[in-house]
Amino acid sequence: MPGLRILVPVKRVIDYAVKPRVNRAQTAVETANVKHSMNPFDELSIEEAVRLREKKSTPVEEIVAFSAGPPKAQDILRTAMAMGADRGIHVVVEEKDALEPLGVAKLLRKVVDEQKSNLVILGKQSIDDDAGQTGQMLAGLLNWPQATQASKVSIEGDSVTIIREVDGGVETLKTKLPMVITTDLRLNEPRYASLPNIMKAKKKKLDKKTLGDYGLDSEVRLKTVKVTEPPTRKAGVKVEDVDGMIGKLKELGAL
Amino acid sequence: MSTTNLPLRHQVIRIYKELLYLSRDYPQGYDWARSRLHKAFSSQAHLKDEEAIRNGIKRAEFVRKEIEALYYLKRYRALRQRYDPIK
Repeated sequence: MPGLRILVPVKRVIDYAVKPRVNRAQTAVETANVKHSMNPFDELSIEEAVRLREKKSTPVEEIVAFSAGPPKAQDILRTAMAMGADRGIHVVVEEKDALEPLGVAKLLRKVVDEQKSNLVILGKQSIDDDAGQTGQMLAGLLNWPQATQASKVSIEGDSVTIIREVDGGVETLKTKLPMVITTDLRLNEPRYASLPNIMKAKKKKLDKKTLGDYGLDSEVRLKTVKVTEPPTRKAGVKVEDVDGMIGKLKELGAL
Repeated sequence: MSTTNLPLRHQVIRIYKELLYLSRDYPQGYDWARSRLHKAFSSQAHLKDEEAIRNGIKRAEFVRKEIEALYYLKRYRALRQRYDPIK
């Protein structure tokens, strides 16, 4: 039985701790001179791939990290390799023609074919666009089984058991490789990409490619109409006593 | 400086660099963390005893683990608050 060939796509996003600002033209969020880091859900996927290797229940042949994004996405791939991915593939896409989930899924399908991957672990969503579609679209394009928002993954041979948190309990899914998994927040605790590991990762192989190499271009299907800040919450009022509260509630039509 | 224990000296520098690297993400800012870190190390610079230096390195390793855990928890809590607020 052949080992696992895991593909982990990662995305460079605005750091979770930064408060995003809408640009003046209200077309997008300001990204210049803002701290970026790896999408936290993608860190979970890298960690899970590395843990599958460390668990040794099924041999892992290779963990490939992949990213499509601006030249700086390279740093994110280095982080992924510092956490334990064996090599990286970087498809350079300029920020102005960023891919949509469907575009990414089509690209990933080509990468999966090229790398002969049999397991793709993605973050369930990115914290910038929050589309949460790429994994599902990729599974559809490949016609592979998918388990979204996994909170536990175990692999024995080529059968995979996934536990997901659903409303009011947990759901257990069983399926066979090849498959697509997307990660939920409680899947694992990602390790920190330490300085020595980042240094070691600089020696790992990183391939630079373009969309053209995969016979694709960035077609745009979606149009962003407007981006605005969420409305600020209105200040509350203090009431003197119970009668005051009832009066207020009546005034608001809640009683 | 002829009696300086070189391997130990390298270990100290290595952990200092690692902590410095971690400081870049420190919530109070890099400058704050760097000056604190520098103070903590220079206050121990007088140590000559090998055993004491080893203990110092151990303490630094412990701090490194604590900071890594702090970063993880901080991020986990922020994400949980944003994406999964009921549980």
